[in-house]
Amino acid sequence: MSSFLTLPFWIGFLAATVRVATPLILATLGETFSERSGVLNLGIEGIMMFGAFAGFITVFLTKNLWLGVTLATLSGLLFGLFMAFLTVTLGLNQHVSGLGITIFATGLAYYLYRAIIGSPTVPPTITPFATISIPLLSKIPIIGQVLFNQTIITYFALIAVPISGYLLFKTNFGLSIRSVGENPEAADAVGVNVYKTRYTSLMIAGALMGLSGAFFTLAEFNMFLYDIVGGRGWVSIALVIFANWVPAKVFWGALLFGGIDAIGLRLQGTSISVPFQVYLMLPYVLTILVLILTARKASAPSALLKPYRRE
Amino acid sequence: MELISIKLEKRNTPPVWFQILTPFIAILISLAISSIFLLILKKNPFTAFYYMFAGAVGSKFAFLEMLVKASPLILTGIAVAFAFTAKYWNIGAEGQLYAGALAATWFGLMKLPFSPVVYVLVIIIAGIVAGAIWSFIPGYLKAKLKVDDVVTTLLMNYVMIYIVSALLNGPWRDPVTMYPSSPSIAPNAYFPKLIPQSRLHLGIIISLLAVAFMWFIIKKTKLGFEIRATGASSRASNFLGINTVKSIIIVSIISGGIAGLAGVGEVAGVQYHLIQTISPGYGYSGIVIAMLGRLNPIGVLLAAIYFAMVITGANVMSYNLHIPIYISDVIQGITLIVMLMMLLLFEYRIKIGRRQ
Repeated sequence: MSSFLTLPFWIGFLAATVRVATPLILATLGETFSERSGVLNLGIEGIMMFGAFAGFITVFLTKNLWLGVTLATLSGLLFGLFMAFLTVTLGLNQHVSGLGITIFATGLAYYLYRAIIGSPTVPPTITPFATISIPLLSKIPIIGQVLFNQTIITYFALIAVPISGYLLFKTNFGLSIRSVGENPEAADAVGVNVYKTRYTSLMIAGALMGLSGAFFTLAEFNMFLYDIVGGRGWVSIALVIFANWVPAKVFWGALLFGGIDAIGLRLQGTSISVPFQVYLMLPYVLTILVLILTARKASAPSALLKPYRRE
Repeated sequence: MELISIKLEKRNTPPVWFQILTPFIAILISLAISSIFLLILKKNPFTAFYYMFAGAVGSKFAFLEMLVKASPLILTGIAVAFAFTAKYWNIGAEGQLYAGALAATWFGLMKLPFSPVVYVLVIIIAGIVAGAIWSFIPGYLKAKLKVDDVVTTLLMNYVMIYIVSALLNGPWRDPVTMYPSSPSIAPNAYFPKLIPQSRLHLGIIISLLAVAFMWFIIKKTKLGFEIRATGASSRASNFLGINTVKSIIIVSIISGGIAGLAGVGEVAGVQYHLIQTISPGYGYSGIVIAMLGRLNPIGVLLAAIYFAMVITGANVMSYNLHIPIYISDVIQGITLIVMLMMLLLFEYRIKIGRRQ
């Protein structure tokens, strides 16, 4: 138990928290863009899964990490575009469209992985992103080791938070997104192109989800595993509600859940009487509890789930 | 450059023949789209689909195996269809199935001194109750506290799968092999076989009863009317004096109970013990089946049989042609999306023209 009291333990724990929070930050920011424009994107889990696959397979075949990140992001963007076609152009049920994309994208990722790799007893690995120590900043006691000794994708996620907040709340583009999510008729009346705005939002959302997925295979782990995303997409859907559709709060929500995940990882093996699965299910249980506590004051964008058809 | 514009025009409900034909057209279109993914592996789609359907219905053995797969799919399909009818977005049939399997195993391991008929009934009831509880929680949270049901049902799948994993790696771990699988349940709790020398068991009859049950409740009872009204418009239902909170909670219990039954059947009819992979995603397939069957019990039955053919046949196709087995998931995803697009034709005529 003495290890709990030492500084290295806490630094290790907090650094792991930021690392585990990274895909949650990216995916939740993505979902925030989507829902702010009025579309619930349940394709999130599948898009992340496909991003994880696309990133891995690209790096496996080309040894080029940047190409892997790019193609994973691009694959997410394309799924976002497809989601937009289904829910914006055709105005289909958003729940079922998203689930369809998740089932399709997940199945396709496994299918292509098996087709390219086969089923070896030991899954092949790649050399993942190394951590980069930011000069000077990483020398700050504690904070430096926690925040500035991470992989490039984590830095991107950390920067994406204020950028998303700025985009959504300080620019005309953000105003358009929020207005088509609150009242598309009114937005249309003042000249906002509802369709175009929703398409753009869903493509940004998809790109962030694809990148989020790539984190699993190119930074967190170095291989593609069955259900590697493991429901983090669904956790992100809950985090959007928890964060009240505000990027800055997404950051804190993701850290909170990253922390719970990291505690689980650290506590595994410290106690024999509690099965490790209890720690693994903790983030899911706590997500549900948080949803219960926040449900009453959650104020979703008014036009969420409502297709817009211009008469 | 000429741009194409897609316009949707409201239409009246299409004729019945069109409604019945729609899922069949959706199946054909989705198989055609799925062919693309066979072609990129340089596989002939016609050969592939031949193996798939021959592998599902080509022999008596294959046909019976297909029915063994159909029984959990019918149940999860009915479970989801029930839920979606009331717009209770139960994406948790997978977890509810595991809850049912867990309860059936628990009672089955007690080796109670019951006659087979009584013991089978006991584990069936245990499974229904477990599934119902696992679905009641998100149903209650949705109805009473407005907690998003999609997220809670999905997250509870993971919680239940970890609970099962903890049991299989802990108290239930097979003491001989140390493999994460439970010991066998009592033989007098086994589902009886319907046809000797096959795996076809009582589950398929239970599934058909579930279809009849849904048809009866939804079409013939006041409760069914209230469930449909709740799904159609909760505001209008409240205006009509229907207690939508109560409808959703009842639907959540029924839906979870039926999904739990699917888990009982897999334990007591197929495996005779609990394993981590007791369901290869039957709960999620239930969503596709419910939609393809247009939430209609008979439609769900047919859709479940179709996907039982796809899943069974994909094994055979995969074995013979070295096509990854996940093609069946790809087909399921595409079918769900195509069917959803086809349903648009029920409400609208699509006019494709040139943009001026």
